[in-house]
Amino acid sequence: MTLLTRRAALAVGAGVTALAMMPSVLLAQDTAEEGLSAEEFINEFTGGAEVADGDGVKLTAPEIAENGNTVPISVDAPGASEILLLAMGNPTPGVARFSFGELSGSQSASTRIRLAETQDVVAIAKLADGNFVRTSANIKVTIGGCGG
Amino acid sequence: MADNVKPRVRVPKSASVDEVVVIKTLISHPMESGQRKDRDGNTIPRSIINRFTAEFNGTSVLDATLEPAISTNPYIEFSVKLPESGDFKFTWYDDDGSVYEDVQSIEVA
Amino acid sequence: MKPYRSLGAATTVAAVAAMTLAAVTASADPVMDDELVINEELELMTDTPAPEHLGGVLGETIYSGWRFRDTETRAMQKDDFDNPMFLFVDAGLAAWDTPEGAANQSCADCHNSIEDSMKGVRAAMPRVNADGELWSLENYVNDCRETRMEAEPWGWNSQEMKNMTAAIGLQSRGMPVEVQIDGEAAPFWEKGKEMYYTRFGQLEMSCANCHEDNFGNYIRSDHLSQGQVNGFPLYRLKDQGAVSMHQRFVGCVRDTRGETFAPGSQEFRELELYVASRGMGLPVETPAVRH
Repeated sequence: MTLLTRRAALAVGAGVTALAMMPSVLLAQDTAEEGLSAEEFINEFTGGAEVADGDGVKLTAPEIAENGNTVPISVDAPGASEILLLAMGNPTPGVARFSFGELSGSQSASTRIRLAETQDVVAIAKLADGNFVRTSANIKVTIGGCGG
Repeated sequence: MADNVKPRVRVPKSASVDEVVVIKTLISHPMESGQRKDRDGNTIPRSIINRFTAEFNGTSVLDATLEPAISTNPYIEFSVKLPESGDFKFTWYDDDGSVYEDVQSIEVA
Repeated sequence: MKPYRSLGAATTVAAVAAMTLAAVTASADPVMDDELVINEELELMTDTPAPEHLGGVLGETIYSGWRFRDTETRAMQKDDFDNPMFLFVDAGLAAWDTPEGAANQSCADCHNSIEDSMKGVRAAMPRVNADGELWSLENYVNDCRETRMEAEPWGWNSQEMKNMTAAIGLQSRGMPVEVQIDGEAAPFWEKGKEMYYTRFGQLEMSCANCHEDNFGNYIRSDHLSQGQVNGFPLYRLKDQGAVSMHQRFVGCVRDTRGETFAPGSQEFRELELYVASRGMGLPVETPAVRH
């Protein structure tokens, strides 16, 4: 999308709603020349095993991020050995992979991440029984008025 | 090595046996994503902390692989269940090969 | 809170496109159901009766910018570990004790403990110095560096300067902003006030257009605050780093599509004094977290 059409979208769109709904192409940059795709990340993590949607993993994140550069996010999967975190709409989808050691107190972690645009963030956990479970959260990234 | 990289770690001074204790860590680092361009249009090369580990008395608590989507000054919070008194070792691995470490002791009674 | 006011006839179509102000919505007011308690022990008031000199332009109450931020951003300031500015405070505290310059002097060599000697300093800045000039905290820091330490001055927005002003500012956290606006400070304050109400840039916007006429409203998706400066230098999520007050002034003027003044300029120091005076009575929050 060019700057011109972006302005045009703004001119007709007046305000917050229009911005929140802005198509994702706006901030998408060149597709990664290197680095794994989301599918590759998942395959590497699961070894091709099936991933079920389920309650075994929990993702806590704001519905609307005040700034996409610093979005607080938490993952929690009781009993899991590992959690993979992906941002599906980023130029490269990888975020983090947490491997919980023998002494971990709970299989949870919190961090702060960058989201280039409104998108789904996905967490996949490898549970104690070896099965994989997945959850996702849609996080809206708004574009502030004060660019300076 | 990126300039002025400095870790901050919050570990309680004491805990009871098998108590779940929250650990917070932060390190000053630009986490240059490799996606940005400079004024001349050249891509700024990626330079991030790509791995963080926490060990207690040599046993693993957390081993995290980090990607460029982690924000500048990476913050990681997690928890630990402690069997005994001892030392935490926190290690951050930089793309450029630098390794930053912090060690903290805790009394467990 | 108050009626929505348009930016006036001078506003162009381009301005409307770039900086559309959404009408007042239910969520537009400052947050009313949260309290800023830091480390579960230090309670900072985030509203206070407006200073008299404002003559009611902000209503009866002034609000910290913290009250206009989202839940997650507000939470980040409630714990000094969650607040990334403390990386820079730590660096500033280390610099305080580090000898530098031809005189091989540290801040501590003259001022001893930062906790004692710098208490209240930030709350009274900027102020008129012995030579009758209006100085910001950065000027005092650099004067020490050049005169006493015989060291190179720091850039106004350099990381070193922000580390130091954050460390010094922290010593006033919780103390009410109390700048002198009368007497020898009066002429500077008057100029700062004039600037506050002067429209700048292609968008022809003054500070007051956003932070007086429209605080609580949204400019695109930014929830406009009253533009209080009691938390600087602060961590801005957008910049993922420390931002000084004058850095923010530059950003605001540039957002009007105007030529901006330089950080540390006479104009911005006068503006700093006036803007600080609009927040008199609010506690110093340095180092705050904003978006």
